[in-house]
Parts: sequence; structure tokens; C-alpha cells
Amino acid sequence: MFRDAWLVAGKDLRLEARSRVTTNQVAPFAVTVLILFAFALDPDSDVLERATAGLFWVAVLLSSLLALQRAFTVESVDGNRDALRLSGLEPAGIFLGKACAVAAQLIVLEVVLGIGVVVLYDATLAGPLLLGATCLAATAGLAAAGTLYGVLAAGLRVRDTLLPLLLFPVVAPVLIGGTRAFEAALGDVPGEGWPWVGLLCVFAAVYTAFGVLAFGPILEES
Amino acid sequence: MELAVHLRAAVSLLGRFPALAGVDLDVAPGEIVLIQGPNGAGKTTLLRACAGLVPVVRGVAVVLGHDLRVDARLVRRRVGLLGHATFLYDDLTVADNVRFWSRACGASRADADAAMARLGLEGRLADVVVARLSAGQRRRASIAAMIARRPELWLLDEPHAGLDQAGRDVVDTLVRDAAAAGATVLVASHELDRARALAGRTVTIAGGTIPSGGTTPPVLASGSPVYGPRGRQNDGWVDAGAPGAPGEVVGVP
Repeated sequence: MFRDAWLVAGKDLRLEARSRVTTNQVAPFAVTVLILFAFALDPDSDVLERATAGLFWVAVLLSSLLALQRAFTVESVDGNRDALRLSGLEPAGIFLGKACAVAAQLIVLEVVLGIGVVVLYDATLAGPLLLGATCLAATAGLAAAGTLYGVLAAGLRVRDTLLPLLLFPVVAPVLIGGTRAFEAALGDVPGEGWPWVGLLCVFAAVYTAFGVLAFGPILEES
Repeated sequence: MELAVHLRAAVSLLGRFPALAGVDLDVAPGEIVLIQGPNGAGKTTLLRACAGLVPVVRGVAVVLGHDLRVDARLVRRRVGLLGHATFLYDDLTVADNVRFWSRACGASRADADAAMARLGLEGRLADVVVARLSAGQRRRASIAAMIARRPELWLLDEPHAGLDQAGRDVVDTLVRDAAAAGATVLVASHELDRARALAGRTVTIAGGTIPSGGTTPPVLASGSPVYGPRGRQNDGWVDAGAPGAPGEVVGVP
């Protein structure tokens, strides 16, 4: 299973390295979202400062949607989905590999967005340990849930519009937990943030376990 | 002798439509069988069903010793399907694609490189991104990715489509070599002259059925080789097909 995961993750990251969709399209989109938020909320008021954590995670969610759609679009063209089924790769390995590749791209996006909120919103990144742990746990949850719902939608003609409808309600706990943990870190009260990190870890564990078990049947049926 | 493909009254649905409406087909190991029929007859669905990609919902379907209705996944890894889709990632190079699919199936990098060389894809062409290839080159890359897996059952849907004369000759050589090495080959094609020259037997499918001839084994005069390329000996099977009709069986000349 882990050999298959390594193989699939390597393939997806090589695809990304050659196409540069994340660096040339998704990351600029994420920064654009941050800039639009800054335009919408008066930068001179303290609204932007108070909303920084939430805006960061909303930007991450919107950007992750593009990364996820890209991850499954490449499997939907030219029969590659059938090729995956024919390959004999363990479905759990495919799930873990794709989730890891998505997670790696999300980490890059979060670094870009972190720099963005410092520069654009004048945020002070206090509590680096809590911030890092929050990002890792939230990213794992987003990648696991996104990969699961991504393959579910990938077999449908309406996948581009269906995926956000399926995914966003499900990942609401990531938005809430990530925002609360970031608020604690940015407010210099990290002790209040760790329970939210725990919630994010539980979310990630549940969706990873569910994905390992369910990815195969979904790949077959969808 | 265990058959490579054994179908009895096999039914597969595409939606609610019975794309295979009771197919009977036996194919022996090492045999090359041409599946012919008009558009929409069920040729592609038959190949995909044999690959375990389209479920057989009724009847008997045993491929490479495994019941497709129970453990299709065990069959898939041992099957090579060349279909209308190329099974290639546009943003990866030819070498990336062939090596990925070969490793996914447990084959080695050497297998992948050898497959690319046989299709004339070695050297600089191996490092070209698939999106920049011509249709014929993509087809060659797709074939290379398939043969790198060293499949035991080759399922070829219009294998000559999009290829130049040299490419078509390479495909024919690959098929003959594979059969000689023990692989079983099902070919669906509209290029009947070329495909008939390749195949040891022709089966006609119409309306999703192969009424009877699919189960009739190849014909041969006593003592002559049955499956030309492999030199398998006559098993005593007899010809019972009527040329031109569904289920037609044509022996090796």
C-alpha cells in the first residue's frame, strides 16, 4: 500500500512540477483572494486584523478546491481512471498517494498565504509552533476529505460544480478549528488553540481512515 | 486445458442497455482471435468486460482463471487493454508515463525502456511531453505503456488506428511475438484484411451477442499447428462456423 502511495504521490508531484499549475495559477489565485478581502474590508479599520485568521483559512479552502479539481481532472481525461483500475495499484495506496500530493501543494499554498497575510494584513505570526501544528493537521484533513470527495465527483460530468457543493459543508470543521487555533496563536494565547488542533487531528484521522477503506469502492462505482 | 477466456451467456449493461446480451466465447491460451462486427455491436464492451472494467451482471465470465464477477481486480493487473483512450498523462513525458504504468503493475524500468525501444520511442522522443506528440506518436506511447506491463491477455481495440505503415507492422510483430510467448490476444478491428492475417480465428459479434461460434474452437486439419505463431497442436476441435454470419469461425490457413 505504501509503495503504491509513494508511486502515485511521485507521479502527481511530477505532473505538478511539469505543468506548474499550483505555482502559476493556484497560488496567484490565493493571493488575489487575500487582496480582494483587503479591498472589501477597510484596511484602515481593525476588522481586517480581527478577521485575519478566518480570511486565511477561507483563502486556503478556495485554493484547495482548485488543487483538488486539478488532481482529479488529470485522472478523468484520456481514460486514466480506467488505467488506474487496470494497474493493480491498491486503492488505499492511490488514495494516500493523491492525498499526500494534494497536501504537499496545500502546504506550499499556506506558506504563500502566510506571507500574504503578513504583508497585506500586517499580521504578526506569534506562536509558530501552534501555527505549524494547525497547518499540518488542517492540511491533512483537507487533503483526505478533498481526495475522497474528489474521486466521488470525478466520474461525473458536473464534477467541477459538484465538488464545492460536496466538499465545503464537510470541511467546515477545518475552517472553524483552523480559524480558532490561528486566532489563539495570533492573539498570543496559544493555550486556547491546542484543543482546536486536537479537533483537526481527529478530523484528519477519521477522513484518512474512511478514505483508505472507501476509496476503492468509490473508484469502482463512480 | 484451462481457457484464457470463458464466457457463457455473459450479460453486461451500459446504464440499462444490455451492451452484451448473452455472449458465449472461449479463447485458448496463446490464441489470437479477431472480434469483428458493425459499430455498436459490442466489440469494445466485450474487450472492457474481459478486462474487468465493465461488470458482467449475469452469466459466466472466467478470465485467466478468475471469475470476473467475484474477483475482477485479480484479472486487471494481468491484462493489457489498448483502447480508444491512450491512458497517458499529457503533462508527463513519454518515459514518465511508460515507467509509471509499468512500475504500477510491478514491471521493471528495464521493461519500460525495452517497450519504448520496440515502439521507436527511445532517445529524445522519450523525454518529450505527451501533449506535444502527434496522434501516431501518442498511440505508440500508449502501446509501449501497455506492453511494458507484460500482460498475459492482450485486448486490442482498433490497434492499428492512427499509426503509419511502419507502426502497423510493429503492432503486428508485437502481437505475433506475444502470442508466441504464450499471451492470448483479442483484437477488435475494422481493418479486416490486416487483422485476419494476424488472427487465427475470427468471431463475429452482432447486437451484443455471439450466438454460437464463439465457443467453437479453431479448426485445423489433423496434425497441423492450430495457433500458427505458437505452433500449438490440434486439440481435435472442429470448425462449425458459417462464414459471414455471427459466430463465424475461420481457421488458420
